[in-house]
Amino acid sequence: MNAFAVVFWALAALTVGSAAVVVLARSLIYSAFALLFTFMGVAGLYLLLGADFLATTQLLVYVGGILVLLLFGVMLTHKLYDLDLRSEVTQFAPGLVIAAGLFGLLTLTALRTEWATTGGGRAPAPTTNQIGELFMGRFLMPFEAASILLLVALMGAAMIVRRKKDA
Amino acid sequence: MIGLPHYLIVSAALFSLGTLGVLTRRNSVNVLMGLELILNSANLNLVAFSRYGSGGMTGQLFAVFVIVIAAAEVAVALAIVLTLYRLKRTSNLDEADILRG
Repeated sequence: MNAFAVVFWALAALTVGSAAVVVLARSLIYSAFALLFTFMGVAGLYLLLGADFLATTQLLVYVGGILVLLLFGVMLTHKLYDLDLRSEVTQFAPGLVIAAGLFGLLTLTALRTEWATTGGGRAPAPTTNQIGELFMGRFLMPFEAASILLLVALMGAAMIVRRKKDA
Repeated sequence: MIGLPHYLIVSAALFSLGTLGVLTRRNSVNVLMGLELILNSANLNLVAFSRYGSGGMTGQLFAVFVIVIAAAEVAVALAIVLTLYRLKRTSNLDEADILRG
């Protein structure tokens, strides 16, 4: 087993283990902090896959933005003296059956399919330059649409939470 | 030798755990965390195929768009959760049944 495989298995264990904590933890705060480790594990897997720009984006957007927003959501929807922040679980048995069935099906598909892999042997190169050129060239239209979508979504979110004075 | 199926299986595990979270949690913020797990698993698949497949950088670009959508989604969803909390003093999804006739 070479170093690459050791790092891969460590990152995979970190990602999947902390994702299990996210789903199974009794406390919302534990879930949120386990989510931090899941995001970091996924960022590490991106690095192993040679996607340096995406790994950085993952850390910036998910850890710096989305996780903080989720923590705000946890804090703002509970009273401050409500210290344990419980989150109950319902319908656990059918949910577990469905999730286990999905995992079995997806794993079987991943293992049984003859994937047409070609690029696995090439050495990882910096990707930021290529991504920037594609965004400004072939993918300019989706890029602009995504920026407008972000603007509209953030303005809409501000509109939704605004307290109405009249009406 | 670590190959494409390894990443796909990690991603399948993330996806199933996210589905479990969405299906079994009562708290809406916790359901959102499950959704983030699902989006991350999709991204992992895209990047893995971008590395091992013949599509080049396209998979990574798709992953960037998924991250953008996830950011927009979580902002709007938290706005809805906060409004629901202000209205009903709860963040449990099964108590949000005002629209039921």
